Amino acid sequence: MNLTATLLGQMGTFAVLVWFVSRYLWGPMTTMLADRNKRIADGLAAADRGKHELELANQRGAETLRKAKQEAAEIVAAANKQASQIVEEARNDARQEGQRQLEAAQAEIEQEKKRAQEQLHEQVVGLAITCAEKVLEREVSATNHADFIQQMIKKL
Amino acid sequence: MSAAEGGGQTPVQYIQHHLTNLSVGEGFWSLNLDTLFFSIGLAVLFMWIAKKIGESLNAESPTGMQNFLEVVVEFVDTQVKDSFQGRNPLIGPLALTIFVWIILMNLMDLIPVDLLPWLASLIGIHYLKVVPTTDLSATFGMSFSIFALIMFFNFKVKGPVGFVKMFLFHPFSANNIVAKVILMPFNILMTAIEEIAKPVSMGLRLFGNMFAGELIFILIALLPFWIQWIPGGIWAIFHVVVITLQAFIFMLLTIVYLSIAHQSQDDH
Repeated sequence: MNLTATLLGQMGTFAVLVWFVSRYLWGPMTTMLADRNKRIADGLAAADRGKHELELANQRGAETLRKAKQEAAEIVAAANKQASQIVEEARNDARQEGQRQLEAAQAEIEQEKKRAQEQLHEQVVGLAITCAEKVLEREVSATNHADFIQQMIKKL
Repeated sequence: MSAAEGGGQTPVQYIQHHLTNLSVGEGFWSLNLDTLFFSIGLAVLFMWIAKKIGESLNAESPTGMQNFLEVVVEFVDTQVKDSFQGRNPLIGPLALTIFVWIILMNLMDLIPVDLLPWLASLIGIHYLKVVPTTDLSATFGMSFSIFALIMFFNFKVKGPVGFVKMFLFHPFSANNIVAKVILMPFNILMTAIEEIAKPVSMGLRLFGNMFAGELIFILIALLPFWIQWIPGGIWAIFHVVVITLQAFIFMLLTIVYLSIAHQSQDDH
């Protein structure tokens, strides 16, 4: 129970032990713990940032999608409009073409009719002349009275 | 049949035998070999574990002993951060060493009181006190070291003038010079007592607790063997609290005293 020189031995041991623990355990371990704390904090911060970025990207994606849909709708509408316009134009063209052809046909018919009438006149005149020749017998020749016959044809 | 009767001793002889150190030399210059052996042995054990863990620290996936030591280190670090104002890289390892070493030495108390002395007697050693902290030299060894640190940091932080002022104008202060001079002797006395009381109370507190615990284990060992497990078990369970609590108190007081030593004169 007395204090003895053991005290000095204990103090020396204590000093060595403190130094040793400080050098080999406390130092490395507190450094490691601090590093780990920092890494965990960094990781959490990075996760937060990532989450935030993901949200932003989602927002951007939704925005882009919405825009694309809108554009697509616009394009479809424009295409529809254009298509109906083309159809309309085609219809107009067809109508005009039909009209034109009809008119051409009518004109041709008219011409044919005219020509037929003229032929008919000539034949009628020929017949009349033949009849007149028969009546007049050689007194009147077709060649002598050609001018007269032409005038008659025109009157008809 | 109990150990005392078996050894052919009276209970008083048995107790005295158990409380006698294995020592060589005379007077102050004797050495308690058992105290030194067990305390240094436990210190070496702790150093071995500390080096082994400290060299192979794994930050990614700590296992086993590293986990345990991390918990202890963080616990001590928290205490230091809470109680110690200022910054000193020595305080943390010092507190950790005190905490772990005292616990290890105290834990020797839980080994059956007769086991190691009996084993020692087989190799011709007739006195063996197993628990180093039941030796005043061991507890004072630590508390006086801390006292030296307290004085050192008082001197370092306050400077020579502040160090002297601490003794002259504290705890009683006065406003005029005459009263100050009159109070000086009392202040010197009071401050000296205050400072010396710190290591003495720390050492005696630890020693007293562990010595009393050891004594009760020895008394329990005097009971008939078939009843020993009841009081022995109860006391051992209770003593586990004492072991850790005393180590914690010693560590915390060290931190607090050194924190006070780091305060400059003005906020003392």
